[in-house]
Amino acid sequence: MSQLLTRVDRRAHIAILLLIAIAVLVPVLALATPPRSLFHLPPYLVALFGKYLCFALLAVALDLVWGYCGILSLGHGAFFALGGYCMGMYLMRQIGTRGVYADPILPDFMVFLNMKALPVTWWGFNHFPYALLMIVLVPGVLAFAFGWFAFRSRVTGVYLSIITQAMTYALLLAFFRNDMGFGGNNGLTDFKDILGFNVQSDATRAALFAITAIVLAATLLIAQLIVTSKFGKVLIAIRDAESRTRFIGYRVENYKLAVFTLSAVLAGIAGALYVPQVGIINPSEFAPTNSIEAVIWVAIGGRGTLVGGALGAVLVNWGKTYFTGALPEYWLFALGLLFILVTLFLPQGIVGLVSRRRTIPEAPRGGDVEEGKVDSADVPAAAR
Amino acid sequence: MRVRNIAALLFLTFCLCTGLIANAHAQSFEEALAGFTTDEYSDTDKAITELAASGNPRAADIIGALQDGRLYFNTDAKKVYIKDKSDVPQDAATGTPASGVSADDLSPVRLNNRLRRTVDAALGGLTLLSNDPGRRFDAAQSVFKSREESALSALDTAIGKETDPRIKRALMEARAAILASKTDAAENVRLGAIETIRARGDQDALGLLSGIAAASEGPLRNAAQAGIGAIQAKLALWNNLQNVWYGLSLGSVLLLAAIGLAITFGVMGIINMAHGEMVMIGAYTTFVVQEYIRSHNPALFGMSLFIAIPLAFVVTGIIGIAIERSIIRFLYGRPLETLLATFGLSLILQQAVRTIFGANNREVGAPAFMSGTFDFGGLAITYGRMWIIAFAIIVFIALQLVLRLTPFGLRMRAVTQNRRMASAMGIDTNRIDALAFGLGSGIAGMAGVALSQIDNVSPNLGQSYIIDSFMVVVFGGVGNLWGTLVAAMTLGVANKFLEPFAGAVLGKIVLLIFIILFIQKRPRGLFALKGRAVEA
Repeated sequence: MSQLLTRVDRRAHIAILLLIAIAVLVPVLALATPPRSLFHLPPYLVALFGKYLCFALLAVALDLVWGYCGILSLGHGAFFALGGYCMGMYLMRQIGTRGVYADPILPDFMVFLNMKALPVTWWGFNHFPYALLMIVLVPGVLAFAFGWFAFRSRVTGVYLSIITQAMTYALLLAFFRNDMGFGGNNGLTDFKDILGFNVQSDATRAALFAITAIVLAATLLIAQLIVTSKFGKVLIAIRDAESRTRFIGYRVENYKLAVFTLSAVLAGIAGALYVPQVGIINPSEFAPTNSIEAVIWVAIGGRGTLVGGALGAVLVNWGKTYFTGALPEYWLFALGLLFILVTLFLPQGIVGLVSRRRTIPEAPRGGDVEEGKVDSADVPAAAR
Repeated sequence: MRVRNIAALLFLTFCLCTGLIANAHAQSFEEALAGFTTDEYSDTDKAITELAASGNPRAADIIGALQDGRLYFNTDAKKVYIKDKSDVPQDAATGTPASGVSADDLSPVRLNNRLRRTVDAALGGLTLLSNDPGRRFDAAQSVFKSREESALSALDTAIGKETDPRIKRALMEARAAILASKTDAAENVRLGAIETIRARGDQDALGLLSGIAAASEGPLRNAAQAGIGAIQAKLALWNNLQNVWYGLSLGSVLLLAAIGLAITFGVMGIINMAHGEMVMIGAYTTFVVQEYIRSHNPALFGMSLFIAIPLAFVVTGIIGIAIERSIIRFLYGRPLETLLATFGLSLILQQAVRTIFGANNREVGAPAFMSGTFDFGGLAITYGRMWIIAFAIIVFIALQLVLRLTPFGLRMRAVTQNRRMASAMGIDTNRIDALAFGLGSGIAGMAGVALSQIDNVSPNLGQSYIIDSFMVVVFGGVGNLWGTLVAAMTLGVANKFLEPFAGAVLGKIVLLIFIILFIQKRPRGLFALKGRAVEA
């Protein structure tokens, strides 16, 4: 055990302890303090920061594939949304007769669309364990199937980015259709309770927040153990010199497939935690922009640092909340500028900036630079 | 048995015809008019038919007034009046204002549905002889649809006088329509008529023949069914051709959106996520040009697109060069970082346009030559779509010529093939990079001018094309303009053929999945570069 813990670096130690602290402290501050107290946390803030932590979990998942294996997925929003839909379907089935049409089995939108029976895809979602299984399986299986084809035929770099983007775009179009049976344009909303607890109540929100923080801490710990293991070393080798790793004798596609699937599952869990806290899931979660935004969280926080991704997600989304409230016109300007400035001047992100001051630079530069090309890094790809 | 039937039918027809003709000649115009004053439907019916057959120049006006409910009569005076727009009664027989007639003494000539059909047919028959060719053609078409037997004699007269072959054919078809559905006509006459209708070969002819096939038997039924088969095959063929046309039209839009990307992504290897925003800026340039023309010189409006095309090229080209110099040149060889930076740029450009022009769609007008449709065989072709296809092809050819024949094209190809060697030969590679990126962006701007004609001009315009454009370039094969052309057209046509089966959205999903699978199979696209360049 202690041997394992030595593999967790200082940053991760601090982050994990901090997360455990707020997992305890925030519910206490939100529930046990009188509303007028200086230390009282209003419930909306709990839900808001719960949301940020879900995004942080998505960012950690993305950092695992992009930062450590060099796979820039522009479709991680799809896995996040699929996990969210699985949770949303469970929550829909819990509404029961409290819906507008009071149908004991069919959710309101199905009654509205004149559906007679529950589609097969919805079977079993009234059981929480089944929903949990699906939250892991649906994004996992999709990522496995997608990765199986993509990595085996050695689709890499930008091509992979573009087809992951096409994947989330295709899912966006599909989920907008009413006859898919997932609520079409409106998605799933108007949830009542989760495991018998009212999703709107302050206590449930605080509990969900605490769960999210614990899950994030656990994910950071596990991810840290993965990237410092032998498996993780091979991932980094693939990122820095894919062909060379293959020539040494590693089955690159298997490693990529494993980490891609794991990352998709983590993204799905993030989505599942996100839905009860915001109270809605709709097809816009599949929008390609959402996936790209998740990439910028990682880039800003610091690629290949795990903690950086989580930090970037919280900071950017906090900034988004502040800007869209105070200066709605300028949020996109600010976000766009962040994209450009970070890629131009801050390739290691915030974490990289901090650790560069402390020590000499440790992380290698851009993972997409393959061997034999480093000396001609200023050459356009097609020219080489 | 059949011979006797036919003989009986012939005899009946003969009696009817002679009866009608005799009637028409015996009754004068005034007597026909008097038929309107009895307030009996059967008399009105007769009066309409007689009036139409009388050949009097007032007949069309009177029946037209009846159709509009402006025909009135006075029982005592046995006279008929037409009320004009200001409710002043006129003498129907002469068309002069009728003095001393009180509106209270007049009652309207009433119509029922059967009479309305008679009125339509009579008017059809009367306008068959109109001086205006367009009205004659419309009249023939309306007779074809109504198949009113009373129009037959007027049709025969009109066919005899007609000189315009197109109208003559329409008249013949109208006559055939009447004869074919006339149960008392001779069989060989009806068979001949069915042939004429079959030759017409459109949806109306199909409906008519289906009616005949259902209501008759023997050789008539066979002929009608053969005709139905032939027409359906022909319609299916035209339908397919129409789909191909729509597909080419969609393909040309894809080509326009993707061809600039084929330069920046395909040839230079730059992932420019802001490419769609260049298209959008081109569309807004068109909007600004049109606004300026509207307020300063409306007469130039027809030329607005010709002004907008070079202007959009220059504007977006300059923006492109600025982007390359300020951002992209620092990121060469780091495609994923380029992707992120240009995505940020696309957000900024979108928001900038939204701040300047507002978030709503902007109205971009179509000059006269871009609007309207024409028929080509069984195809309905809109001028706008046709010119966009032509424009896409012109842009494609022009781009090929620039790359192959100009010194700039030569240098650009040299730089993309071997940058260091080109640099050693004295080519300023930085300058070529900037110009090539400007060229790709400028082409996107010109595409925006064309897209402003068929799509909503909004800040999100570019976003809807960016994924499609990347798909086209990747599908066609990176670094290959011909591949882009073939890919755009293939995807366009495939999309249009999938739509009837799968619906528009599902068709698109199917295509996206197809391309995703295709890239797995052939990661370098349809027309992959061969040799050393593959190792890039």
